[in-house]
Amino acid sequence: MTTAEAARRDERVARVSPVRRVLVRPELGSVVGAIVVFAFFAAQSPVFWSVSGVSNWLDPASTLGIMAVAIALLMIGGEFDLSAGVLTGSTGLILVTLATRYGLDVWSAMAAGLVFALAVGFLNGLLVVRTRLPSFIVTLGTFLMLQGLNLGVTKLLTGTVQVGGLRQAPGYEGARQVFAASVPLAGGDFRVAIVWWLAVTALATWVLMRTRAGNWIFAVGGNEQAARAVGVPAARVKVGLFMTTAAAAWLVGTITALRFSSVQANAGIGQEFTFIIAAVIGGCLLTGGYGSAIGASIGALIFGMADKGIVFAGWDADWFTFFLGAMLLLATLTNSLVRRYAEEVRR
Amino acid sequence: MSGAPLLAVRQVEKRFGSVLALRGVSTSVAAGEVTCVLGDNGAGKSTLIKILAGVHRPDAGEYLLDGEPVRLSGPREALDRGIATVYQDLAMIPLMSVWRNFFLGSEPVRGRGPFRRFDVAAARRTARAELAAMGIDIRDPDQPVGTLSGGERQSVAIARAVYFGARVLILDEPTSALGVKQAGVVLRYIARARDRGLGVVFITHNPHHAHPVGDRFLVLNRGAAVGEYAKGEVTREELTTLMAGGAELDALARELARGE
Ligand SMILES: Nc1ncnc2c1ncn2[C@@H]1O[C@H](COP(=O)(O)OP(=O)(O)O)[C@@H](O)[C@H]1O
Ligand SMILES: [Mg+2]
Repeated sequence: MTTAEAARRDERVARVSPVRRVLVRPELGSVVGAIVVFAFFAAQSPVFWSVSGVSNWLDPASTLGIMAVAIALLMIGGEFDLSAGVLTGSTGLILVTLATRYGLDVWSAMAAGLVFALAVGFLNGLLVVRTRLPSFIVTLGTFLMLQGLNLGVTKLLTGTVQVGGLRQAPGYEGARQVFAASVPLAGGDFRVAIVWWLAVTALATWVLMRTRAGNWIFAVGGNEQAARAVGVPAARVKVGLFMTTAAAAWLVGTITALRFSSVQANAGIGQEFTFIIAAVIGGCLLTGGYGSAIGASIGALIFGMADKGIVFAGWDADWFTFFLGAMLLLATLTNSLVRRYAEEVRR
Repeated sequence: MSGAPLLAVRQVEKRFGSVLALRGVSTSVAAGEVTCVLGDNGAGKSTLIKILAGVHRPDAGEYLLDGEPVRLSGPREALDRGIATVYQDLAMIPLMSVWRNFFLGSEPVRGRGPFRRFDVAAARRTARAELAAMGIDIRDPDQPVGTLSGGERQSVAIARAVYFGARVLILDEPTSALGVKQAGVVLRYIARARDRGLGVVFITHNPHHAHPVGDRFLVLNRGAAVGEYAKGEVTREELTTLMAGGAELDALARELARGE
């Protein structure tokens, strides 16, 4: 180091070591968790870390990851969305119903589903920013309404609780190629949804870290009034976040519907908390203003590994939730300890 | 050094439901001057500056900018017209870094169309340079604002307002939560902003902080103006007495004296 360099450096900055730079990242807890979970299940069964095993657990991780990333953005912005799970069902039902019973081709039916999702997201956002009610309550309301609609309309139209036959609809094959194909690779069967997941994570990370909108998302979640006072359009940011979450729900609903060609009327219900848990494992604070898209993705990866790993290990699938609960506690504990440590040293 | 007022309010009034928070208050601030607003807790100081900052719209009275009556649509318009406010309670976002806070709401961008992005490198560099120019020595612009001391936080907020070309700088009790030394630091930045030609509205309930930097003093009590004085017309002791409402303080003095 030259003398000039040494002089420029402030003596109060006890050189921030690369280690500490890593430690203050919000996704640390999830990275540690992912390594532990991987090692754990890899030790249980060699299939787990074979190529086909990997492709197997990346599959549930991918669709969950898309949602977890969107929910992470929303949570960083200081809000929740409990209607996101059931909305994946709604958009799937709309797609299959319109394409099989109303003569639309698959692409138009998908577009209709997207319009519906964006409208729900817009409504959620508008209600939250206008009424200033907690989004937990507002979206619980939309969640219940959508749940009722999904079941009610499906039964009314079909007399059953599922719609199917998408495979015969015009445009199906093309859409399936884009959203639900699987690519055989080195003995594994990789779903194209994995690519969507990576793309969504990359885009969300770029938006968060490198755009004005990203700065605003952190700000409205960190202190909405302060953000407003310096001219951040807080209401627009929040409505945008709800619409983004809804769009992600549409993507996942579409992927799932195209893959199975049919959708259950209760699809997606119960998933809403899974998204939140993945985001929290990934370092999102429940109070908003802090978190990461990559972390949420890794949170989803942990879910995928645990989900399939338990099967590979030959255990009863009932252990899954116990395992998740433990992961959630561990990851959040790590996160809070690390954050405290990081801030202490920085004083 | 006193010119035409940059900003003035005439007989403004503000109610919250049945609470009359402010009635018939007038004041002004000129370029290169510091107007101090003094008053005890609940006197209406924050309400007054929220009117100046465009957060509240007055229920009655006039708002004049460069002598012209205006009606601000909100804090964004106030900012665009060069009126920057540093709030007592909501100055910055604690979990965000110094440079992200510095540019919040006015981020520099580069690139076009969908590739328009926050120029992170420029933001980091400029924040550091601007803070240094105001004599504010931040250790690491990447550190979260929550880890700064209260005085540092206020100083960063002041530097931000100066950088973004504020003509009027409104400060709501920037010194009230600070120790003697830290308060001195903030007072120095107030003087520096004034010397750069800004009009400063400085709210405080501490006459010791107001008296050395103020050119004009507005004293509020229970939502009304008790008086407005130019520098030299009033001593620090008189300000103290006025703020508390003279009679009340005399009574207090007698009460305490008996206990001796
Ligand atoms: N948003 C509000 N709603 C209702 N009452 C308010 C509001 N803001 C201020 N007040 C009331 O107005 C009075 C003046 O408050 P404020 O301007 O904050 O005083 P100061 O800043 O001088 O301590 C107080 O009685 C306060 O309770
Ligand atoms: Mg106040």
